[in-house]
Amino acid sequence: MKQLFQTTAPTTRRQFIKASVAATGGLVIGFYLPGAHKLAAAQSAPKPNTTPNAFLRIARDGSVTVQVKHLEFGQGVMTSLPMLVAEELDCDWTKVRAELAPAAPQFAHTMFGMQMTGGSSSVVNSWMQMRTVGATARAMLISAAASKWKVNAADCRTDNGVVIGPAGRKESYGALADAANALAVPENVKLKDAKDFRIIGKPTRRIDAPSKVDGSAKFGLDVTAKMVPNLHTAVVMHPPIFGAKVKRFNADKVKGLPGVTHVIQTANGVAVVAKNFWAAKTGRDLLEVEWDLGPGAKANTADLRKSYRELAQKPGLVAKAGNIDALKSAAKTITAEYEVPFLAHAAMEPLNCTVSIKADSCEIWVGSQFQTVDQGAAAKVAGLKPEQVKLNTMIAGGGFGRRANPASDYIVEAVEIAREAKVPVKTVWTREDDMKGGYYRPMYVHRVTAGVDGAGKIIGWDHTVVGQSIIGGTAFEPMMVKDGIDATSVEGVTDTPYDIPNMQTQLHTTQTGVPVLWWRSVGNTHTAFVMETMMDDLAKAAGKDPVAFRRDHLGKQPRVANVLAMAAEKAGWGTALPAGVARGIAVHESFGSVCAQVAEVSVEKGQIKVRRVVAAIDCGLAVNPLTISAQVESAIVFGLSAALYGQITLKDGVVEQSNFHDYPVLRIADMPKVEVHIVQGGTSPTGVGEPGTPPIAPAVSNAVFALTGKRLRELPFKI
Amino acid sequence: MIRFSVNGERIETDLAADTPLLWFLRDNLQMTGTKFGCGMALCGACTVHVNGEPVRSCSTPLSVIAGKRVTTIESIGSSPIGKKVQAAWISEDVVQCGYCQSGQIMSATALLTKNKSPTDAQIDEAMNGNICRCGTYNRVRAAIKVAAGGGVPKPAVPFKKSAAKTNA
Repeated sequence: MKQLFQTTAPTTRRQFIKASVAATGGLVIGFYLPGAHKLAAAQSAPKPNTTPNAFLRIARDGSVTVQVKHLEFGQGVMTSLPMLVAEELDCDWTKVRAELAPAAPQFAHTMFGMQMTGGSSSVVNSWMQMRTVGATARAMLISAAASKWKVNAADCRTDNGVVIGPAGRKESYGALADAANALAVPENVKLKDAKDFRIIGKPTRRIDAPSKVDGSAKFGLDVTAKMVPNLHTAVVMHPPIFGAKVKRFNADKVKGLPGVTHVIQTANGVAVVAKNFWAAKTGRDLLEVEWDLGPGAKANTADLRKSYRELAQKPGLVAKAGNIDALKSAAKTITAEYEVPFLAHAAMEPLNCTVSIKADSCEIWVGSQFQTVDQGAAAKVAGLKPEQVKLNTMIAGGGFGRRANPASDYIVEAVEIAREAKVPVKTVWTREDDMKGGYYRPMYVHRVTAGVDGAGKIIGWDHTVVGQSIIGGTAFEPMMVKDGIDATSVEGVTDTPYDIPNMQTQLHTTQTGVPVLWWRSVGNTHTAFVMETMMDDLAKAAGKDPVAFRRDHLGKQPRVANVLAMAAEKAGWGTALPAGVARGIAVHESFGSVCAQVAEVSVEKGQIKVRRVVAAIDCGLAVNPLTISAQVESAIVFGLSAALYGQITLKDGVVEQSNFHDYPVLRIADMPKVEVHIVQGGTSPTGVGEPGTPPIAPAVSNAVFALTGKRLRELPFKI
Repeated sequence: MIRFSVNGERIETDLAADTPLLWFLRDNLQMTGTKFGCGMALCGACTVHVNGEPVRSCSTPLSVIAGKRVTTIESIGSSPIGKKVQAAWISEDVVQCGYCQSGQIMSATALLTKNKSPTDAQIDEAMNGNICRCGTYNRVRAAIKVAAGGGVPKPAVPFKKSAAKTNA
């Protein structure tokens, strides 16, 4: 067996690995950070296969395959990451393919040290890494050509997948790939100047689009017995109340059903395993389970609202200290309470996970935002080492944070069932299972007292946040919870770009028993709503235009002020609108980017109608403008669905919503016109997937305020 | 025994007559292009054509399709209108996660088969049953207009020098 990994001495911070594969030939480039490097080298040599754990393969036919270390769930990484490689590789874009990488240490996020997708950071953390992969391969291809032609590498150049030497000599990358693979991997390759980019920054259609318009793209749910022989389907009855335990169950009505093969009690319910989904689901619905309900049965949204509002008036942990006595000298003060509900992610593809366990290995197929975390959790349940678990990353039908669960709930459950059933199993959550299954954006109440002086400047801001910690109790707690303050509970308040003197932020972290999780833009989902509606109220109190008032408090933040100005200008801020239509504006900084939005709103038959949204975003260097505008549109729709309709409520511990009839989301007939304007400039990219979500709810609330004088401080809006 | 056709192939099955068409397609035929989204005909991800009409396969039992023609996303590209719709979906860069797009394309193709140049209101009516959580609705609308011939396809922006066309 030919050694798969040939390692070079770890003398630099970054390490490249060549992985040569006899079966396919060509040039293969991997990439290790020092820690991962040692780990990989210590492993016994993995078996050769056609998809080695490398970032890049250039085959003899000239095809260029990029393994994308992040999950593709709509945000476009299967296009943007290959663009970074292709730019520096200088290859023919039509020959670029993308694959999703399995869980492996070398695919770790360069900032977080684990393989994951979140925080709008896929392009950000891949920016130098993927370009370096491309530049390294290009340097090796040039070296291979130069030694073949016996010329200096410096006298060679590349163009669109071809090395060009002196006297017009040419050789394609495919023809050079084998020779390049025999060379040592160069260190410290030079990357292009931004002025020479010919792919980065150009609107580029998605690589994955063709497979998503003909039904051929394989999502996690699409794993079939063709891929995994003898695959069974499991549907699980989960507790009706969070934390409830199975007391006893009766499966008499289930066992005789055609196709049903197993009924298995799990840590969190009872699973019916069958030859197909319909049999498993039919069986699951016939199970009779008696539950030990536990304390969760006492949870009621109405009670939580009351207790949160009471807490909001009491001193909490100080997240940001400030002299709020200054408010006493305010010309005008405003005190207001805000409330946002639990929210489900409700991705289009319900949760699912396929697992096949053998004596000394476990293979998983799943759309996961947390590949190496899930791999480790699966290993524990399977009684194996992480490296014995192969986790294949499947395309996911959305996720919005739900597939990044530190508890790996839906992966662990599938492994448990496959382990007990002793057959390969795909768990399928119904929409109801998915919606009632918890891990929601937490419910929050905010209370703010803020004041302006006679000149219309803010002189004090007293802000209290009440709600659950997303991070508490997870493995991330040591990193992200300091002195009892979960940074995600107050982000967007304590780090506001506005020049606000005498600002105090306090936090009450609550316990409810309802599992919570990050949801597209995390804490900014609620903090931007509060900050930006209060800014509007203060503008009114100061007798100022909302744009001018914000600008007056952004003197030290030219980037934020610029985005605000761009949105206002493109939306025609201050120009006349038809009768019954008004504008509202909001701007928010998150994930390193700034997004401002102007919403044009009318109220028709007692319903808020958002007619048009003009967005401006500064996301640093724009890698793929076509995806950036798509992501901002998407983020606006996601935020608007929540603002207009979204809420998960509890009655005696039971989640009251179940499907899209009682958890409505925006549909095409209610879709506003959306314009996205991208600020040009920046030397490196910042976040894109999430920053478009926070401004929409406050922009709409501000528009309704301008139209009706009524201030909406609760989500979803009730008018 | 229930008999019908799927994409022109004759099918005979002795599955229970109340089995939803969606799960017959996905689990028995292993044709996974048609997606499961809600199971209650609320989201449109499972849309197929039965005798040319768009139906939600998650809520259509096999008994209802006896003797009928089922067309799925896997073969919609073999109809001239379906092919135009798919091409417009690519030229307008509609898809994001893509999970709902099989259903969107089936609904759009059914619309354009009956109505060669739908108005915005007619697009709303035909497409309102198809949820997209990525919020691709404006691009869906634009792509329907392009496929209808009334819209202007976005040009594929060529890279500098000789470099590649975009992935259209």
